[in-house]
Amino acid sequence: MKYSEEFRNPEVARALVARIKALAGSFEGTMCLMEVCGTHTMAIYQHGIRALLPEKIRLISGPGCPVCVTPVDYIDRAVALARRPGTIIATFGDMIRVPGSTSNLLREKALGADVRIVYSSLDAVAIARKNPQQAVVFLGIGFETTTPTIAGSVIQAQSEGVGNYFVLTSHKTMPAPMDVLTADPQLQVDGYLCPAHVSAVIGADAYRPIAEGRNIPCVITGFEPLDVLQGVEMLARQLVEGRAQVEIQYSRIVKPEGNLKAQALLSRVFEPCDAIWRGIGNIPGSGLRLRQEFAAFDAEIALPVEVEPAVEHRGCRCGEILQGMIRPGDCPLFRTGCTPENPVGACMVSSEGTCAAEYKYGVD
Amino acid sequence: MCLAVPMQVRTIEGDTALCEIDGVTREASLMMVDGVEVGDYVLIHAGFAIEKLDEQDAQETLALFRQILADGGGAS
Ligand code: SF4
Repeated sequence: MKYSEEFRNPEVARALVARIKALAGSFEGTMCLMEVCGTHTMAIYQHGIRALLPEKIRLISGPGCPVCVTPVDYIDRAVALARRPGTIIATFGDMIRVPGSTSNLLREKALGADVRIVYSSLDAVAIARKNPQQAVVFLGIGFETTTPTIAGSVIQAQSEGVGNYFVLTSHKTMPAPMDVLTADPQLQVDGYLCPAHVSAVIGADAYRPIAEGRNIPCVITGFEPLDVLQGVEMLARQLVEGRAQVEIQYSRIVKPEGNLKAQALLSRVFEPCDAIWRGIGNIPGSGLRLRQEFAAFDAEIALPVEVEPAVEHRGCRCGEILQGMIRPGDCPLFRTGCTPENPVGACMVSSEGTCAAEYKYGVD
Repeated sequence: MCLAVPMQVRTIEGDTALCEIDGVTREASLMMVDGVEVGDYVLIHAGFAIEKLDEQDAQETLALFRQILADGGGAS
């Protein structure tokens, strides 16, 4: 069975585009559809989806990249921990080039810090097991797709008695920023393409307050080109028919209730907290921190370090990018002062950032 | 960052599965999914299986695509 090819069939894509055009034609005004998932941002650029859609349908990117929404003081603390003697930093690769106030992890590594890129938090636990004299700090970022995996690593470290494994947490949860953006009068979101793999964990029902309470259609969409086109078609159809419901395009993975086992693992280890989103600010209850009983694994508590005062980069407009207010081309630094080799803002660093995607694939 | 890859389960040992796609193999923890068997497709993210792929639902989506194609797109 080869699913990926069947979800890329160009003839079906053309037929879906024809349907979308018919729907847009029968609709008064424009449809502004926002995706809030970095993998969708990438898929939309990579497959040139915007160029296929009628002018009336505008696709915009929201705060869907966990690396991009991580505030600068988190990076500053990671840098301070990297400088701490006897400390190993283990992280997903995207994080090492994100600029802090005066440094980043790549630079610290060049200066001699032990910074290692891992594929899984379990790899970080393995590093801790092998280096019992060192403190191993895993950079715990991500939405609900990733956070249960971090919870799993903490449980594993606990059950194996690995006492030198720590997590520096900056986890965020998904429907909250969508609700904030929906309420913003400057930004008229008509429909949401909801994230695929976040929804695999939290379930489709999590978006019901946005659909039913705020009257905004939500469609949980997969990442293949036909998934995205079908997701757009389903949103356009809801708008034409005047409905606002949660629908699941990506039904081969996402269920209404989500993955209950992953949710249980997550809430065993983490509890909700307020969180700062770069570009949006504080959103109450939109973060996750380790529960009190797991405080021994919390790098912020267990390994106190002095952190430099946070300085945002002047001129970077990541904040507006993350809210879908402007496109990368509207930032004066785009392509000139800010490139993937020399990123100024997080949106250019992460491969799933909107600025990086537009740099790589161009505007379509 | 939430990228996850569907892979097929080859062997299971305790809570760990060896998964394969296009000749690439990778170990994944089964801590988050119940009732996974050899031959199942699972979605792998950061070393964990986060969900099982529902073959019946996948086939239904593909059947819908065939229907859209048969309708020539315009009709709805
Ligand atoms: S182009 Fe660079 S400086 Fe401008 S908003 Fe994007 S990341 Fe920030």
